[in-house]
Order: sequence, then C-alpha cells, then structure tokens
Amino acid sequence: MEKKKLLSLALAGAMSVTLLAGCGGGTTPNPAPSDAGGTTPNGGDTPGGAFNLSVCIASEPQTIDPALNSSVDGAIMTQHVFEGLMKWGDTGSAIGGTLNSAELVNGQAASYEKTNNSDGTVTYTFTLRDDIKWSDGQPVTAGDFEYAWKRLVTPATAADYANMASMILNCDAIYYGRDPGTQEVLTAVDAEAYAAEGKEVAYDDPSTLAVTAKDDKTLEVILSYDCPYFLEIAAFPSMLPVRKDIIEANPDGWTHDPASYIGNGAYKMTTWDHNSQIIMEKNPEYYDYANLGPETITFKLMDDQNAMLNAYNSDELQFINDMPVDEIPTLLSDGKMDIVDYIGTYYVCYQTQKAPFDDWRVRKAFTLAIDSKYIVEKVTQSGEVPATGFVAAGIYDAEGSAGADFRTVGGDYWNAPLDDATYQANLEEANKLLDEAGYEDRSTFPVVTYLYNTSDNHKAIGEALQSQWKNGLGVEVKLENQDWSVFLQTRKDGDYEIARNGWISDYNDPMAFLDMWVTGGGNNDAQYSNPEYDAAIREANSTSDPAARMAAMHKAEDLIMGQDWALGPIYFYTQKFMLKSDVHNAFYTPLGYYFFMYATRG
Amino acid sequence: MAKYVVKRVLMALLTVLVVACITFFLMNAIPGNPWLSDKTPSPQVLENLNRKYGLDQPVHIQLVKYLGNLSRLDLGVSIKMQKNYPVINIIKEMFPVSAKIGGFALLWAILVGVPLGCVAAYNRGNAVDSVLRVICTVGISLPSFVVAALLSFLFCGGLPNMKIFPTMFDGTWQSYILPCFALGFYPMCYISRQSRAAMLDAINQEYIKTARAKGLRTGKVIFKHALRNALIPVITYLGPQVAFTLSGGFVVEKVFNIPGLGRYFVQSIQNRDYPVIMGTTIFLATFIVMMNLVVDLLYKVVDPRINLTKGGK
Repeated sequence: MEKKKLLSLALAGAMSVTLLAGCGGGTTPNPAPSDAGGTTPNGGDTPGGAFNLSVCIASEPQTIDPALNSSVDGAIMTQHVFEGLMKWGDTGSAIGGTLNSAELVNGQAASYEKTNNSDGTVTYTFTLRDDIKWSDGQPVTAGDFEYAWKRLVTPATAADYANMASMILNCDAIYYGRDPGTQEVLTAVDAEAYAAEGKEVAYDDPSTLAVTAKDDKTLEVILSYDCPYFLEIAAFPSMLPVRKDIIEANPDGWTHDPASYIGNGAYKMTTWDHNSQIIMEKNPEYYDYANLGPETITFKLMDDQNAMLNAYNSDELQFINDMPVDEIPTLLSDGKMDIVDYIGTYYVCYQTQKAPFDDWRVRKAFTLAIDSKYIVEKVTQSGEVPATGFVAAGIYDAEGSAGADFRTVGGDYWNAPLDDATYQANLEEANKLLDEAGYEDRSTFPVVTYLYNTSDNHKAIGEALQSQWKNGLGVEVKLENQDWSVFLQTRKDGDYEIARNGWISDYNDPMAFLDMWVTGGGNNDAQYSNPEYDAAIREANSTSDPAARMAAMHKAEDLIMGQDWALGPIYFYTQKFMLKSDVHNAFYTPLGYYFFMYATRG
Repeated sequence: MAKYVVKRVLMALLTVLVVACITFFLMNAIPGNPWLSDKTPSPQVLENLNRKYGLDQPVHIQLVKYLGNLSRLDLGVSIKMQKNYPVINIIKEMFPVSAKIGGFALLWAILVGVPLGCVAAYNRGNAVDSVLRVICTVGISLPSFVVAALLSFLFCGGLPNMKIFPTMFDGTWQSYILPCFALGFYPMCYISRQSRAAMLDAINQEYIKTARAKGLRTGKVIFKHALRNALIPVITYLGPQVAFTLSGGFVVEKVFNIPGLGRYFVQSIQNRDYPVIMGTTIFLATFIVMMNLVVDLLYKVVDPRINLTKGGK
C-alpha cells in the first residue's frame, strides 16, 4: 500500500522520464562531442601546421547530390568533395581581409583541345590526369563524366539545373524538345509558347547528349556554338562527376551515408549529423593530397545569426558569412567583417501588364525616384553598389575575363544618385514623366502596394522606398509583406503592383540575367512581354559569334531597361563575411563559392 | 478497464486519421508549392519534379496513396528540406534529441514547480508567496525565445569573458543546461501556479481539517493528503504538454543550434515540404492522443474514486 502511494506521487514526474527511456536508446547518432569539431584548433600555434577548420555557411543543405543541388551552400560543399574537369584555384591575391580571389584552372583535366568545326559547332577534347582516383581508390574515368552529365539532363533525375549545359549539342532537344512535325529544336521561348498552347513536343533521348568518353582518359564534348563561358560551366557544381555503380545501387540515398558518398575531390565526408554538422577530412586518394590544408573541415549547420557570431567570437568557428543585421555597422567599422563582390542585383519589378505600371513613363519615374545611395549607405550598410542597369557588375563581356565588364560596356541607364544634385535632377525628370503620363494632379495617382517577403531587411528597404516615392513623387505607396512561399506564388502570378526581387547569377554570363524576361518565362515576374526582346534573346542564343552574341544581349538590356524600364534595379549585391585574420589561403569567386581546401592557420 | 483501453485506442486511431486527412487538404490549400524559389525552375523541370514525387496526381488520389503508405508506416521522403531523405528517419533521428531536452525541461519544471506551488499555497499572502508570484508571472509572460536569446547572450559569448556554456549544441551535459532551462521555465511557472491554486482548494477541504484534527504533522498533511488531490489539474496540463515539449521547441532549438524535431514543424510548412508536414503532424497528433489516454489512466491512479468506464469516462 505504502509503495503504491509513493508511486502515485512520483508518477507525474516519472511520466516524462519513462518516455525518455523509451526513445533515448535508439540507434540515432546524437552529435557526439567531436574532436574534429575544432573547438580548440589543435596545433594552430605552429604556423602552417596541422589544424582543424570550422566554418558556417548555412543550415542543413537540402541536398549534396551534385546534380540535384541548386543552392550556393550545397555547391560549396560538393566542390570540396568532387572536382570537375576545370576547377577554381587560388590566385594568391587578397580581395577582402585574408580571403583570396579565385581563377579558373585545370581540375581533373590535364589539358584540353578546342576545335572549331566548319558547321559552327565546337569540339572540346579533354584529356584527364593520370593520377586521379575516387576516394575509394577506383580510378576516375572519362566515362564517369559522361555518365554524370547525361544523368543531369535525364528528366527522371528532375534536376533544377538540367539545362545548365545547354550549349552542349543536343541538350536543348533533350530539354526543350522538338516540334514533332518540323523536327525543329525548340528554344526556351518556343518551349514556353508550346506549353502555354498545350502543343505536343517530342523530346530526344538523354543518351544523345554530345558527350562521349573516347577512352578512359579522353572526353569529347561537342558544343552547338562557340560558347565563351563553357570552361566555366565545366567547373560548375552541377557538372561534377559521379559514380554510376554507387548511384544505381541507391539512387535516392547515396548522399546520405558517408560510406557511399564517394567523391573525387580534395576532401571526403566522414560524418553528417543532420542539422548539426558535416565533417570532411583530407582525401588520401586526391592527387594533391600533400598540399591540402586543414586536417578536417567542419561545416557547422546553423540557423541563428547571434549564435554564429558568438561561436565566431569564441573561435568555435573560424568563418561565418551571416551575422545579425544590427551588428553589421559595428563589425565593419571595427574591421572584423569584410566585403567582397557577389554577382547579383537587388531590384523591384513592376507588374507591367496592370495600370498604373503598364506605362513605361510611370515605371521610369519610380525607378528614377529611388535614392539607392541612401539605401546602401543607411539601410543595408554592407558596401553594396548603387545599380544603374540590370546585369550586375562583374559579368564578363565578349572578351571574357580579359576584357571589360558587360556593365561598363553597356553603360548607365540613368545617373546613380551619388550626390544630391544628381538625385534632384533624377527627381525632376521623374516628376516630368509622371506629369506626361497624365498624373499632373498627383491625387489622381492610385495608391499602389509594394510587396515584399517577411524579413527585417526587406522591410527596412521597403520603408525607405515608400518615403522616397512619397517625398520625391508625391505618391502614396502601401507596404505589404507575405510569407516566403506565398510571396513567391503571388509574385509569379503577377498579382501585385510593385514587388521586391533579387537575382544571383549562376554563371558569369549576361544571359543568366536576361533570358528570364522572355515572354512567358518561368521567372518573368514582371510579366514583361516585348517581341523585339524575345527576338534579341533568340538571336543571342543562336549565333556562334561571341561579338554578335554580346551585341544581341546589349540590345536586349537596352530594350528592357533603356526603353521599357520594366525593372527598377537598386543595388548590386555584396557578400559579407568574417574570417579569422590568421587563416590564410581560403579563396572565393564572385558567384558566392568559398574554398577552404588549401587554408592554413597561423 | 481493458475494454475501455481498447475503445480509447480505436478512437485514437480514428482521430489521427481525421487529423491526417484535414492536414492533407489544408496544406494543399495554402498558396505556393515546394518548387518555388527565387529561381523557379523551368516548366520542364517542374513537370519532372511533380511526376517524380507524385504531385501530378489529383489531391484525393494523392491522399489515398498516402494513407495506403501510412498503413505500412511509410511516411515517404522529404521533397525539399532534406531531399529524398525518408521522413521516418528524420523523426527517428531528431525526436530523441528533442525528447531528451524536453524531458529534462519538464522534469525540472515538475520537480521545482509543484513544491514551489505547495510552498506558495502554504504561505498564502505573505512575502514568500508574493516573491513566488512575481517569478511565476514573469515566467508566464516571457516567451521562450526571449528567455533563450537572453541566456544565449549572457552565457554563450555575447558578453566578454562570460562564455560558460557552449554556443553550439554538441551533446555534452553542459550544452543541455541552457536549453533545458529555457524550455522548462514557462511550464515550471505554469505548474507552480496551477498547483498553488489546486493546493489552496485542497487545504480548505474537510478531510484536511480531519487530518489536522488527528494531530498529523503539517508536512504530512500537505504532501500526503492535500497534494494528491492537488495534482489532478497538473496532470491534466502535463498530458498534451509532454507531447509538445518532447517534440521540440522551434525557437529554443534554433537559438542553441540543437538538431531536434522542433524546426521541422515550422520549416516544413514554410518550405511546403508536404511529406514532412504530414509526417510531423501525424507524429505529434499520435503522441498527444496517446498522452491524453495516459493522463486519463493516471487520474485513476492518483484518485481511485474516479471511474473510467462508467459515466465519468
């Protein structure tokens, strides 16, 4: 009896404990305190000595399958585990703090040969290095690349970037398909039109992609035109080689187990504690093993910016690229944070099919009335550059990395309001345009709504825009925010008047910014439609002459910005990061990729 | 009793089934889809994705298929957050971490909250009661994300030379302290208030007078006779609370970087990761229904006068 009473008293408390006992004993790998985690960098005292590096670039990646990944954080991880024909290498010159810039160098390919064929196609013949192996010891063959690239374009793979290599012969016929009657290969514009009209399309088989392993060491790739950035695509994260035997054994699960996540890159994954960390160690099979940097690289998977900053300050992390917004001015002025270029544009898009923004004069007036200098200096405060065009600074023109920037060649569509006089002049022109558009009496201008996704940063920018449009043009703008997924749907459906937008480039070519605005395009949130523009994009896609191609793309930008003013660019993005000042030889490309495989400490 | 339990279990299964169906239609009704992003893939890719994950079927057929798989305990794979990773694995891996932290949090909440409530009731109206009331009011008013952020700032390196606990959860006992405190603070205060009220009610009952008249010591009167009845509202509160707390607190997990299940409840909806929404919802629903059953059975243990089978349910 006594025992039973005791029991009843204790039960309330014990309830939770018994439950715990029930579920605590599972096979789950609780993230054990790992030495590799690098809370104390072993041997960090000896300059250049062995050490462990811990970095945070994001939270749990959605996938680390090279073909399926479409995120920058996933791409950073896959590029540490896999290596493409080409790769990004360290230039040795610092671009911010101790971070170096990157250049395109040979990766698994020892050399390549380029032949211009008489029919306008181009043949690249890559010869692979002799000493390349997968992390399980098997040799890397040209067939692995052929398999990986054909897997990428196979519809059943359902890869976001399935048409990344659209310059490869037959890629478009596999991806966009052909007209069943004429057998004509469709372009992006045609494909949208066919889908809209419900017309039938015949798709080519993925095996017809013009990538062929001539032997174990020779890979032949035929391009449909002389694509100036193809070598960069050969280094693109979607184009990394993967192993057929492993993927066929476990198509959906091979990335989840370190044992089957076999790569050919500098590092190999040893641990993946979901939502906690991914640990990589040097791959002994890698040809440049002797020169690799950290013993282990730990990617901490975190969400909370305050926690990241705290962990950085206590040296649990040596690198972060996200920090609390409120801290940014202080971190910048203290010299703890650095800023590097990031190829992308933050802009507003106008619903070009609905009044009042169906009038280019109204759109231009709103764009001119944006004081982008105020926004980058007082609101975002991270060294962003006021935009004067849509294609971001840093995108190459016809001569590639050797020549001028596409932005420099294209010029400014209006004067950036860098001083008060310029801004006043812009405002004057803007007001004149609004008058001409029939709104001399500003009270007749409808109250429009600026739509953004819920976030403190976007809100602050929205409030600045609201007051600039009010003070500069005398128009009322309401602010409205929506949850991310709802926002995307609303914007895509064109169910708005002005909406926040942003675009980060995947590869260094203006096409990454321009082909989205073709009529009916999947990312054409502005609902922009101009047959001349569509023709310019089609021309750029079909010509094999680099200069003519660039000219067509400049023409396209002149149309969408200089003539139609469909978009209101605000600034070109930058990347903020904090890297411990004694960590050297990490490097970065403006596409957002950081590389730590050769990092040293001390 | 056995008949009662069987009946309740059948009811529970039906409840979970209804929850599953409602959730399925609701999540398909909210705007947006898993494939939207700043860079929406082309129609060709969207078609491939929808085909691969069966989203090209009408919603009712999807539901029938889902329920069929569910009956074999197959919850499908994540289609966005952890692409192609089985939802059952997510729950298996993440729940124990959340449950451990939630368990410790509730344990201290009960072990501290109930005695504090008794002490407050016993000292009704004097200084001790007032101090405890202030603490509890603060605890109930402060959302857990404020408590968590504050603790993280104070003890995890936000202040110079004040880094006592690890910033990133690493499974060591030190890394449990702050999250458990943050997660248990509100329930502790709530339990304390509940037990104070129940205790006051119990103290004024006739049988307590009898006990006192018999000359029993105060401690025995309070903890043996009064507390037992006072526990009933606490148990009522604890039932669903156990399910909620053990399934993880979103904010606390985020602030302390805990690899728990909590984030999946919120983020799966934001990401429109349909199988994860379904999996976590069904899991939580089952857990709550189960805990309610346990609570009802516990009433009987605490108060044998309660009749489960007839009328009193």
